[in-house]
Formats: sequence, C-alpha cells, structure tokens
Amino acid sequence: MTVTTHEPTTAGRFGEFGGRYVPESLIPACLALEAAFREAWADPAFRSELDHYRTTYAGRPTPVTAARNLSAELGITLLLKREDLTHTGSHKINNVLGQALLASRMGKTRLIAETGAGQHGVATATAAALFGLRATVFMGERDIERQQLNVFRMHMLGAEVVPVTSGSRTLKDATSEAMRHWVSAVEDAHFCLGSVAGPHPYPWMVRELQRVIGDEAREQCPDPDVVVACVGGGSNAAGTFAGYLDTRARLVGVEAAGGAAMSSGSPGVVHGSRSMVLQDSHGQIAEAESIAAGLDYPGVGPEHAHLGTSGRAEYRTVTDAEVVRAVRHLAEREGIICALESAHAVAWVLREAGTPVLPTGSTVLLTLSGRGDKDMSQLMEGLR
Amino acid sequence: MTLETHLRTAGRPLLVPYVTGGITADWTDYLVACQEAGADAIEVGLPFSDPMLDGVTIQQASDRALARGVTPESILDDLSRTTLRVPIIVMTYANLVLRHGIARLAAAGVSGLIVPDLPLDESAVLEAEAAAAGVDLVLLVAPSTPGDRLREICERSRGFVYAISVMGTTGERETLAASAATLAARVKAVTDRPVLLGFGISTPEQAAEAGRAGDGAVVGAALMRRVLDGATPADLGRAVAELRAALDLGVSPGTPHAEVSGHRG
Ligand SMILES: Cc1ncc(COP(=O)(O)O)c(C=O)c1O
Repeated sequence: MTVTTHEPTTAGRFGEFGGRYVPESLIPACLALEAAFREAWADPAFRSELDHYRTTYAGRPTPVTAARNLSAELGITLLLKREDLTHTGSHKINNVLGQALLASRMGKTRLIAETGAGQHGVATATAAALFGLRATVFMGERDIERQQLNVFRMHMLGAEVVPVTSGSRTLKDATSEAMRHWVSAVEDAHFCLGSVAGPHPYPWMVRELQRVIGDEAREQCPDPDVVVACVGGGSNAAGTFAGYLDTRARLVGVEAAGGAAMSSGSPGVVHGSRSMVLQDSHGQIAEAESIAAGLDYPGVGPEHAHLGTSGRAEYRTVTDAEVVRAVRHLAEREGIICALESAHAVAWVLREAGTPVLPTGSTVLLTLSGRGDKDMSQLMEGLR
Repeated sequence: MTLETHLRTAGRPLLVPYVTGGITADWTDYLVACQEAGADAIEVGLPFSDPMLDGVTIQQASDRALARGVTPESILDDLSRTTLRVPIIVMTYANLVLRHGIARLAAAGVSGLIVPDLPLDESAVLEAEAAAAGVDLVLLVAPSTPGDRLREICERSRGFVYAISVMGTTGERETLAASAATLAARVKAVTDRPVLLGFGISTPEQAAEAGRAGDGAVVGAALMRRVLDGATPADLGRAVAELRAALDLGVSPGTPHAEVSGHRG
C-alpha cells in the first residue's frame, strides 16, 4: 500500500485531485473561508462552542450499537455508528453546526445550501434558525417530489426552498444552481456546502467537521477489521474514515450502482474540484440514477478519489433493489429504520458477509448516516 | 495575426458577440451575420452540461444545443468549415477543455480561449498548452479581485483581459453595474492590453458605456435570447449592427479610440 498524506496541499489537492476550479469572482471568498476556518479550527474557544452545540443540541456523542441479531445471522460482529440518532436525523448536522458557527463568526447573515435528500437542507435550515441566519436551499424539482417531508420541515424551520428545474432536476443541478447563486450573493452569504465536494477548502473543512464520527467511533471500537459507510459526495464516509486512516482497518465506501463516480467514473472537473466524475466520452457530466436522492450525484469528494487511487480505501456498489431489501432487513432484525443512503452500506454487508470479501468472524464498523423517516412515503409507493 | 494584435489594431471600440455553438443546424450563419454587422471577434460557446457561471438564457441555449446532439467535436468541425475574417474565441468550461486539449481548438482555427471556471491558480498547465498551440488564453478579472491578483491576471492574460462587470452570472440586466466602470479603470491602470467588459451588457447604450469605460463589450445573453426566440441570422445581424453603431458613436472626445477611429459623434 502506498503511504498517503491526509492533509491537502496549500492548493487544496489530495494527490492529483481537488483544487479550486471556480470563477474568479469566488476566489476571494474561498480564500477568506479557508483563512477563517484555519483560524477557528485552531481556536479552543471555537472548538468548545462547537462541542457545546454538538452535545447539548445535536445529541452527541452518538452510540455504537451492536447489531446482535444480524451479527448472529451473518457470522460477523456488526457494530452500527448511530448518526441516525442525531438531531435532524443524519450526520449532516455535524457539518452544518460547524459551518453556521463559522459563518456567524465571519459576519455572514445568510446560508445558501444545496440538497438532494433534503437532510442537508433540513440541517442548514435548523442551524440557521438556531443562530439567527437566513437560509436559502436549492433543491431539484424531482427531489422535491420524492422528499416532500423534508421540504415541509425546511419550510417549518423558516427556510426558503428554491426548486431547480434544469438538467436532471436532482442534486447535481441543485449544486450548480447554488454555486451560481453564491456568485451573486457572496458578500453577505456563506455557501454551506453539504459534502466533501466543491472547491478547496470545502472537501477538507467538511471532513474535519465530520471527523467527529470517526474520532468517536475509534474510541468506541478501536480495532475493527472493516469500516464501511455509504458514499454520495462522501462526507459521512470521509468523517468515519478519518478516525481509522492510521489503523489496519479496511475502509470500504459503498456507492449507488447508478451513481458510482468511484467505480464507473473518470477524472474530471465538476462543481469546483477535480475528482472522479460520471461523464460521457465528450466530457458532459452524466445524470446519476439512484433510489436514494442523497446518492444521486455524479461526482465524489476529491479525498475519496485519492484514497481510492492510492489503494487506502476501496469503493463498491449495490443496486436499488438490494438497498430496499437492506432497509427492511435491518428494520426487521434490529428495529432500526435507516435512510436509503445508509442502507447502501448495510446492503454491501448483507451481500458479502461470509464470503472471502467479508469473511466470517470479521468485526465491521458501519456508519448509519441517517434515519429513514424521510423515505417512508417513497418506500410505501414502491412496496404498494 | 494573433487575437491580441487583431484587437489592438481594430482602431475602434471592440465588439465581441457571443453565440452558443450548435444552437441551430445553420448556427455558423449567425457567425457570418455577426462579422458582417461589425463584430471585431466572435465568442463561440462550447455547451457544457453544468455551466457554473451562466444564467438562464445561456443555460437554455446550451441545453438546446446539447439536445440537438452537438458535441465539442461537431462544433469544431463546423468551425473548420467556415471562412471568417474575424478571430474566433472559444468559451467553455474546464472539464471540456481539459478533456479535449487546446491543439484541437487551434486545428479548427480558434485563436482565443476563455475558461470561466479556471482561475489563475489552476491555469498554469493550460497556459503552457495554449502558448504551444498558438491560442491566446484569456483570463478573467472580477469586481472582487484584489489588486495584486488583478495585476498578475493582467500580466498572464493573453489576447485581452476579460473584466466581469458584475458579481453574478451571465444574463441581461437593466443597467450596467457601477462595478463595471470601476473594474475597467483598475485594469486599465495596470495593463495596456485591451480590456473587454462582459456579463450583463444587454443594450446598445450599455455597450457604448462599456466602450467608454474599457475598450469594448462582450454581449451574450441579450443576443442568445433573441436566437432562442427565433431570430434569424439576419435578425441577429441587425441587433449586432445596433450595438456596433452605439459603440462607435458612444466614444467621447479625448479617448484614444476617438482619434484612431475618427468617430467623434
Ligand atoms: C442520510 C444520508 N446519508 C448519506 C448522504 C450522502 O452524503 P455523503 O456522501 O456526503 O455522506 C445523505 C445526503 O443527503 C444523507 O441524507
């Protein structure tokens, strides 16, 4: 295995990936954000304020639950890191609390966000309400249709939800639109990006904000054989992996078969960074297709591209059908209804446990990135 | 002649209309019409699926072209078959340029390149490639660009300096932002390269203003909206001619252009 460094270069590169491919108009904002985050992250007062909100508001630390029934059935030890138990119901809150505090510290009055499944939008709307900021959330029309519960939650929280009608009307287009809007609003608005994607410093900053998952998990489960998490942009996986990069654990990211940038993409530039991207032979960005709106994205964070090409992490795919089965199986065996996104990681474990890929007797730490409430109406339609 | 010499020797305020490549089957007729109506160069957009710096009009134009099945190759093939006197400047996003390479552009007769999501910090590789291919890589400055950075962009830009007149995307606007004149003056203070203002320049009056503040205007969305609404090449030619006339008349006495062009209005 090649030795990899886990800090990006000053140009924001993880190996050959990353960078800052944004319009000149946004460069000063990216530089200011990077400086502000470096300063805040090194400031014990900022850290302790963030910790305060993490514990008293978001409900951290989250527990690790031993999945006893599934473990017995599969012949492995399956441990679930329970991000589904956080306030707002997914790991997205970890990142957003940090970014919203930082935005306030920078004197910004507004948060702009993109959302697919709506979890990042809900987290952004929540933090905006908490810290007295305004929130504008861009969401593809198609995702608005399939994630109505979360759209309603955002409205309840006082956020403006802007439907995006271009392209595939999903997360990819919501992200493009949020970036376009950012160019015109950069003066008073912070772009609260929801994953480890986008221009430097976002991939690094969001990973640092999400590493709380991995750091906690490392304390709770110091020596797993395998660490597995689902990958859309890859923030819950990056945060989880961060706790285990220097261990012997195998790191496995699980993508949607229809949105697998790591498994079927090629190097390209989209939304501000160079990474692995689903694209056609001409370089047009492809439309991903997944039952999980949060994984319906043609790119992946640059750190994952680097972890994958350097061999430190591996990336696998599961199909929509496996995912729906995994949601039900986990619910029936453990009494936990997880998000469709998280179920990708579960589906991989269900499929591979007992095979040479995931041998009997292994200890597996799996991040359940979120809970499934938002997906119930979609599943009801599908199962009807 | 390089793009820059061509622009420097034009002797009048510069007009660079923008046309989305492949928007119709006979799209190169729009280029001819622009040339005949007095364009000094023409910007051709290679449509990209996720145009980060384009407003709705150019997004729609790009989508329409892509829906017709055009590709960067087919557009460049079309361009190779045209014979134009004015230089062609390709505008497209980093992913397409990095994939297709600049040599291919040069082979199609393209003399300039604008990549709006490739800032100074990421452009070194393409600058070398462009220089080798004899294509001028035009860099952009924005109202938010600080002084030292602005100076470096002006130094490294080739062809001209593209001054983004407003903090925002492409698209028509009611008035030319105050930031346009301020930015043009900042650029003119550090370089003698031509300075073109773009983004939001929609009317002949605004074009004339851009001609006074800098050396001319790039006009995109206002023209592409007409094309989306069904304008023929002749219709587009009339719109460009109006911009031309306003630019030529709009020069106030005492500016270098007035002396060169003799249009003292
Ligand atoms: C529950 C859940 N998990 C995972 C994701 C995917 O994001 P990431 O790959 O950044 O963790 C989402 C995105 O909406 C989500 O809601």
